[in-house]
Amino acid sequence: MDAFIAALTVFTLAVFVGFAIIEKIPPTLHTPLMSGSNAISGISIVGALVAAGGEESGLAKILGAVALALATVNVVGGFLVTHRMLAMFKRKK
Amino acid sequence: MAQSWINLAYLIASALFILGLQGLTSPRTARNGNLIGALGMLVAIVATLVDRKIISFELIALGIGVGALLGVVAAIRVQMTAMPEMVAILNGFGGAASALVAATAVLAPEMIPDVPPLQLYGSSAASSLIGAVTLTGSLVAFLKLAGWLNWNPRGGAYQMLSGGSALVALALSVWYTADPSRLELFWALTAVSAIYGVLFTASVGGADMPVVIALLNSLSGLAASATGFVLNNNVLIIAGSLVGASGFILTAIMCKAMNRSLWDVLSGDLGEAGAAGPSADDVYAGRIKSAGPDEIAMLFDVATKVAIVPGYGMAVAQAQHAVRDLANLLESRGIEVVYGIHPVAGRMPGHMNVLLAEADVPYDKLLDMDTINPMFPEIDVAIVLGANDVVNPSARDQKGSPIYGMPILNVDKARTVVVVKRSLSPGFAGIPNPLFANDNTLMYFADGKEAVRALTHAVKEL
Repeated sequence: MDAFIAALTVFTLAVFVGFAIIEKIPPTLHTPLMSGSNAISGISIVGALVAAGGEESGLAKILGAVALALATVNVVGGFLVTHRMLAMFKRKK
Repeated sequence: MAQSWINLAYLIASALFILGLQGLTSPRTARNGNLIGALGMLVAIVATLVDRKIISFELIALGIGVGALLGVVAAIRVQMTAMPEMVAILNGFGGAASALVAATAVLAPEMIPDVPPLQLYGSSAASSLIGAVTLTGSLVAFLKLAGWLNWNPRGGAYQMLSGGSALVALALSVWYTADPSRLELFWALTAVSAIYGVLFTASVGGADMPVVIALLNSLSGLAASATGFVLNNNVLIIAGSLVGASGFILTAIMCKAMNRSLWDVLSGDLGEAGAAGPSADDVYAGRIKSAGPDEIAMLFDVATKVAIVPGYGMAVAQAQHAVRDLANLLESRGIEVVYGIHPVAGRMPGHMNVLLAEADVPYDKLLDMDTINPMFPEIDVAIVLGANDVVNPSARDQKGSPIYGMPILNVDKARTVVVVKRSLSPGFAGIPNPLFANDNTLMYFADGKEAVRALTHAVKEL
């Protein structure tokens, strides 16, 4: 139960941090925000790495490898397309 | 490497994600912000790879290789008009990856001995439920956005099925958590959740898609967070909740901008479209003033301030570059040009800004609704291009109107309004727009791109 409460504490505080920051992001950047957060939600790549390369066997390992491929698409595709978009945002010359 | 060092690296990664999002609060710092976020991800990945729990690298190389290739190709090739489709797919993949990791934990619980069973199985059920809904919901959203699926189920039987599948998925999750020895319950709850994902997105209409994309964005984050509870991993919990919060805020912004409740969007409730209010003939008869490019060009002769108000119709006509040429020409004559962007001007939050940035429009000219609305009385000419409902004054002053209460761009307060439009056809809301009949409005009936080009030409001839 202690571990769960600790995890819940981290979750709740992070949600508040998220609200505080995201509210300050201007509408101009909402599309890059979404693609960038796609990349961040690829964080499950961390769990997928352990499942695909760990001591698991059989189905768990295969599901881990699939998860890894999907999460990598998110991480690589998300950060790259966000970078591409943000490079288009220029100030008045 | 000792677990505490890995956890320290995860803490650094979490801090970098937060700093990265902080960077997105201004276009000036946004690019660095994105790079800081990517650095955070790299730190998390490297820390995990040196973990002694990882003993083989074949599948890792394969998974990363395939994923990176697909990611790079998609990111480089995607058109900016297709960003909603890209984000929809990424939402789905994120949800699926989190659900699959939860499944591996359920299949090999001995790998995470320090997580209490109730937490492990309960969070796995939650992750799988949310992840499966996100995956299939996003795929349906993608197919609808791409125009490959045109399916809008309505009615009591459909709603029963949709609501019923949600309840069954929840019940199975509780049952599985109570009795985790029955693995078939886990697969069943995943399957039913996947069905619910299809059903809940199926009824959503095209105009409401921005809301659903934002909602699925939020869910993909929550799925990652739930997986963090499964693995007792703080970086997953933190990163997931940041994304969850972000998607939630965007969902609320989109709902407010469209004057719709989340419930109306999800149940496919279209409102009383066209039921109340005056007919098109009542509004337009005898009051429409049509004008051509030469007449409109003359307006710019005495104008000092011009606002361009684009809707998605401008992007459909691929008129962004023509618009920028016109704006450059006007500026070279000493006229100040700004753009007024409604939150739902594109097909996803912020979409119109990206489309204009791609056409080399500087971002400091892209003004959001709250910034530009007080400026309209000082604007000499407002050019409305491919927008309709978001400039309809009925939202402000006609109580019975289906869009009453929706925040709009007050273009009617400008000295002269030029509306470029093919015909007087209604927008998504299906109602006439009194703006078109106002004394200070000129209708320029033409295709968006052709109209702007002709206008540019006429201004040059002045």
